[in-house]
Amino acid sequence: MNHGFYFDNAATTRLHPAALEAMMPYFADAYANPSSIYRPAQQVRRAIDEARKTVAEAIHAKPEEIFFTSGGTEADNWALKGMVKQGGHLITTSIEHHGIFHVAEFLKATQGAEVTYLPVDDTGMVNPAGLEKAIRPDTSLVSIMLANNEVGSIQPIRQLAAIAHAKGVPFHTDAVQAVGHIPVYVDELGVDMLSLSSHKFNGPKGTGALYVKKGTKLTPSLHGGAQERNRRAGTENVAGIIGMARALEISMQEMPKESSRITELRNRLIDEITSTIPHSYLNGPQDNRLPGNVNISFRFIEGEAILIHLDMHGFQASTGSACSSLSLSPSHVLMAMNRGHELTNGAIRFSLGIDNTASHITSLVATLQSSVAKIRSLSPLYDDYLKTQK
Amino acid sequence: MEYSEKVMDHFINPRNVGEMEDASGVGTVGNVQCGDIMRVYLKIEGGVIIDASFKTFGCGAAVATSSMATEMVKGKTVEEALKVTNKAVAEALGGLPAVKAHCSVLAEEALQSALWDYAQKNGIEIEGLEEPKETPHEH
Repeated sequence: MNHGFYFDNAATTRLHPAALEAMMPYFADAYANPSSIYRPAQQVRRAIDEARKTVAEAIHAKPEEIFFTSGGTEADNWALKGMVKQGGHLITTSIEHHGIFHVAEFLKATQGAEVTYLPVDDTGMVNPAGLEKAIRPDTSLVSIMLANNEVGSIQPIRQLAAIAHAKGVPFHTDAVQAVGHIPVYVDELGVDMLSLSSHKFNGPKGTGALYVKKGTKLTPSLHGGAQERNRRAGTENVAGIIGMARALEISMQEMPKESSRITELRNRLIDEITSTIPHSYLNGPQDNRLPGNVNISFRFIEGEAILIHLDMHGFQASTGSACSSLSLSPSHVLMAMNRGHELTNGAIRFSLGIDNTASHITSLVATLQSSVAKIRSLSPLYDDYLKTQK
Repeated sequence: MEYSEKVMDHFINPRNVGEMEDASGVGTVGNVQCGDIMRVYLKIEGGVIIDASFKTFGCGAAVATSSMATEMVKGKTVEEALKVTNKAVAEALGGLPAVKAHCSVLAEEALQSALWDYAQKNGIEIEGLEEPKETPHEH
């Protein structure tokens, strides 16, 4: 399939060829179960150990604090379900990924847990003073995402974790969008648990990890064999783990160069859209933002209509519109940021990655200019607006 | 979710787009909450719809159903136009994804709302036509 111009790297990324190459032997010859004792199995075991070391080093953790999972969603589920017990109190935010949001709803419904959703300001930032006030004697866990998947806002995790710890409450962060893109070091952040996902940094899908700080009392996630230090049973996804480690290694090497290159492209895309397309507004913070995240609302029109036009021209992106989601509900993130229904339904997320270049930005902006104008020519809201201007 | 070729055609090349200054009836339905607003204009002479046009805020299916619905009522009598139901519009488009069925409902409502406006303005009673609901459109 020809991807043309891919601007949906927050959804998933292209597998790095070097990661694929590292994985290949584990689909074929190196098929032994790493829990077995013969030599071919021990080679596979060593490869997993190496991968664990690589992932640990990338986030300044110890290898024994890394637990491989099937991805970010499993890591998020585990952190919350393993920590919030019957009748416990969970503090999270109103802009979390569904991997947290729907787990919190589940805990409420089935465990009688109480959940406090911290609000955000209109740029998608959590107020640390709000966390301080929300913590209660019975609070079991605070879970706040490091970087938001829709608007790219980066939370002051270090400060937030310190507030939780001062009251003796453990802290989890969903760092799925951040790891591999900006420096994420558990020692500097001071978090107790952190979720990461391989396919967000050019690794394979179906693989992720939960960092669990030594001494954290977390219930095992899957019961069975002794894998993952008895806390997550099941024969390892060997190829996935190897591919994730290789992809993360490359991302960390490239980060100093790539993050400034992508930040520059991001700023250019934001500037060119908002300065050449009237009634287009940036969602999320100006700074304190993931290098690759651009989220813009086009007033008077609906996001899915824009996406179809972009797709016809070979550009792939995402929308916060209700119409494009199977649940027909608008983005809870943009609604929490008080963007209102019209701007939420007209929001498009462009997420940049390793393949995007300056010339892609130029073509994208040109396509957007014509597509937005064409869709606005159909819009009764635009008609009504123009009449108020006469 | 995938759109039929006809839906794509009516979205990319919508028929009958535009405001109608001398419309006999205008109907606007939907709201920004649900993400779809349709405005249908009808020109009616001697009980026959001689022209129809629309303006729509919404997704691909919303634009395509507006386009098809206006196409289908042109040349029809007011009574015949009442038989242009959401099902008929969806069928004419080669089907809609299940999650988009509400778009065809909205198109039917927009037509009926425009017909109601015409009837009100001319003091006519159209058999089988009810006053449009003022309640917000629900999915």
